[in-house]
Amino acid sequence: MKHLISIDDLSKEEILKILDKAEDFEEVALGLRNCRILEGKILANLFFEPSTRTRISFETAMKRLGGEVVNVSAQEASSMAKGETLADTIRVISNYCDAIVIRHFLEGAARFAAENSSVPVINAGDGAGQHPTQTLLDLYTIRKECRRLEGLTVALVGDLKYSRTIHSLIKALTLFNTKIYLVSPEILSLPEDFLEELNGDVEKAKLEEIIDSVDVLYVTRIQKERFLDEEEYRRVAGSYRITLDMVKRMKENAIILHPLPRVDEIDVRVDSTRNARYFKQAFYGVPVRMAILSEVMV
Amino acid sequence: MRELVISKIKEGTVIDHIPAGRAILVLKILGINEKTRETVSMALNVPSKKMGKKDIVKVEGLFIKEEELNKIALIAPNATINLIKDYEIEKKFKVKLPEVVKGILKCPNRMCISNSKEPISSIFYIKTNGNEVFAKCHYCGRRIKELADYLL
Ligand SMILES: Nc1ncnc2c1ncn2[C@@H]1O[C@H](COP(=O)(O)OP(=O)(O)O)[C@@H](O)[C@H]1O
Ligand SMILES: [Zn+2]
Repeated sequence: MKHLISIDDLSKEEILKILDKAEDFEEVALGLRNCRILEGKILANLFFEPSTRTRISFETAMKRLGGEVVNVSAQEASSMAKGETLADTIRVISNYCDAIVIRHFLEGAARFAAENSSVPVINAGDGAGQHPTQTLLDLYTIRKECRRLEGLTVALVGDLKYSRTIHSLIKALTLFNTKIYLVSPEILSLPEDFLEELNGDVEKAKLEEIIDSVDVLYVTRIQKERFLDEEEYRRVAGSYRITLDMVKRMKENAIILHPLPRVDEIDVRVDSTRNARYFKQAFYGVPVRMAILSEVMV
Repeated sequence: MRELVISKIKEGTVIDHIPAGRAILVLKILGINEKTRETVSMALNVPSKKMGKKDIVKVEGLFIKEEELNKIALIAPNATINLIKDYEIEKKFKVKLPEVVKGILKCPNRMCISNSKEPISSIFYIKTNGNEVFAKCHYCGRRIKELADYLL
């Protein structure tokens, strides 16, 4: 049985297969073509942590392919969590459905769920751990909007320490000969042992030094909770903010991505530039998740 | 013949070249405790040419399985195993690092599912980087060095 727990479990070929499949599903995701390959199948969305975007895009993807969705809300899930173990919850729910999408606050929860499930499990985020479907949609967006995936220069900006999106993405990018710049305040820099494990062209950099040379600027939120005092937070966050002036220095075809939700790390005036692709990126979540769902269930 | 620190045993397992001070941890890894039936003796801080000081553990009447013994390599990478039969060394080998260990190491990540109330045992993949041994959590990916500090 196929699960999707960590991007590390996928080979480059498997990643590309999912991206190609997503390409085929784009018309279906836009409602331009009908496709009901998941008709009669039921997906359980099991979210122990609140999420809107990821949950809704899974739900949309499933329904566009003719399938049905059972949603277990964060509230229901957590009251369940009080009464029984995750292992038991999964044993029960996997008897009701054909695949499970899980988000949990503990790292490794999705892998443990998969070990206890009789149906495929898809990890939609496990604490500070992995978020492979986000990574696949990021790769899809980059390939689509840059027209290639090999040999690009990508800057990752913001919280590189706690962001699960970033950790999954870096690993995947190193498969595609990417030049990676890490741009973050010191206290939010990539964990040292994570860095040690990477074999690729990865380098710390300052935004102003590399902004004119990147093909992709991937921005993440700097969370207030990571700082001891508000003053410090404002000073740091301010210096990693993407403004119109900075965008003017970017290559003409360079793109700006963000996993959303955005707070104020990207000036809203950037939204209307040709470089801003984060809303497109959000849309691509649907065809990519359609590809993943069909991959595990068909 | 060199003098034996502890009296000869007729049959059993001798674990030699344990870094000084770790004999107790070796027993812990092997699950040897007051409930064990066999006679177990330990010699601590025995002078050794190679190691300066070493510990030795002897378990009488028991041939511990190689797979079990290899777990010792986590904290005593140079340990030598001597299987004794009729007072003679019948077989001698060095422990080999296992690739995976289950239920032996504790993940230091408080947010790791392996530390929750779930029915779960920790699983670690053992890797080396030159001389350095480290372990990686199957569940959360956390890497640990100094494995002796993380025994469950
Ligand atoms: N019959 C025995 N009973 C208990 N211990 C023994 C017996 N024979 C050998 N040993 C112990 O096994 C270890 C290995 O013995 P040996 O091969 O002579 O030494 P080394 O490995 O240091 O060259 C030593 O610690 C020795 O004391
Ligand atoms: Zn762990």
